[in-house]
Amino acid sequence: MKFPTHSSILALSAVAFFGVATLDSALASQWLSFLTPDVATTPAVDNAAPVQLAANTRKYSDGSFTGDAFDAYYGMVQVQANIQGGHLVSIDVLQSPNHQRTSRAINRQALPMLESAVIRAQGTRINMVSGATLTSRAYLQSLYGALAQAGS
Amino acid sequence: MRDTRILMGMPITVDITDDVPPQLMEDVYDYFTAIDRRFSLYKPDSEISAYNRGDVGHANLSAEMHEVLALAERTKSQTDGYFEIRKPDGRIDPSGIVKGWAINNAALLLRRSGVRNFYVDAGGDIQAAGLNADGEDWRVGIRNPFNDAEIVKALSLRNCGIATSGTYVRGQHIYNPHHLSQQIDDIVSLTVIGPDVLEADRFATAAFAMGENGIYFIEDLPGLEGYIISARGIATQTTGFGAFVIS
Repeated sequence: MKFPTHSSILALSAVAFFGVATLDSALASQWLSFLTPDVATTPAVDNAAPVQLAANTRKYSDGSFTGDAFDAYYGMVQVQANIQGGHLVSIDVLQSPNHQRTSRAINRQALPMLESAVIRAQGTRINMVSGATLTSRAYLQSLYGALAQAGS
Repeated sequence: MRDTRILMGMPITVDITDDVPPQLMEDVYDYFTAIDRRFSLYKPDSEISAYNRGDVGHANLSAEMHEVLALAERTKSQTDGYFEIRKPDGRIDPSGIVKGWAINNAALLLRRSGVRNFYVDAGGDIQAAGLNADGEDWRVGIRNPFNDAEIVKALSLRNCGIATSGTYVRGQHIYNPHHLSQQIDDIVSLTVIGPDVLEADRFATAAFAMGENGIYFIEDLPGLEGYIISARGIATQTTGFGAFVIS
């Protein structure tokens, strides 16, 4: 397993606007905005709930907490949550996927049609994935785990 | 050189095959940070928030905001009104176009610096340029909307953009702007490949709101190819899409 990047994440950049006190909810909202389909007519109200609850209602212990690694198909992702003053102030990406992953094939019957076919899982090596939620969900799962540690 | 950071509420990955100064990577992320400050609906101090509150009039908007709003208007007219940034409550939410626009601008920043081989991936919308570290075209999977742990297509891309619109995370909430009471539930994923990620993103977003007819809309657009997955797990692709398919 490689640990190719250890990036400092930019939650801190928002401090200039919010101050640390509200940063965690802003960060959570950002996650949610991403996890909601990017169609212009999506009601904004639906963006409100789960992560924000987790981030707002808990007072975290200060320190750095590492979440479990989660599979994003083309590699593992893992983050570390950094807590200061009881709030999530930044997230470090400890692992992000590389493109060495090769096999995860599941056979499904394909229909012999000209333009349409039953979708079928592919085991092909790839560099990255199109479709928003795959990678982000894996990141979010890791973040949840880190925050659970911070809250316990 | 490769990095992933979380900005604009999503993981943004920049992978540069060429040897470049590390500062260039910082420049790309600085750009996304600046865009987030201006366009985030979640930042009370953003320009879009000020505009939606009525604190800033249209005439006083920044050049970037004017550009995005004009692009949204043009996209609306190009898509029979299926692309709409004005919410039912009257607020403007340009996030459906800002992502593709920002990725495209980040890619232009890299090109202007002489970088030829790279990709920029923001939340699964990708601009792919040149070749990967193995000297191949970039290899991009399309996620299985029914199973996060799978891809259903592997594509080979060079110097083009790809974007996928979908509806899976917390149930269904994509609407037909012409019939707000009607949720789109016949399709679950629509991928568009275009000359750049901005074109791919804005037409993927609009075509998704058309439901099953979206793929025919993409078929009619020159320079764009598409791949749609129905709620029953049936995929339909445009006639030129197969040229990009590895498996």
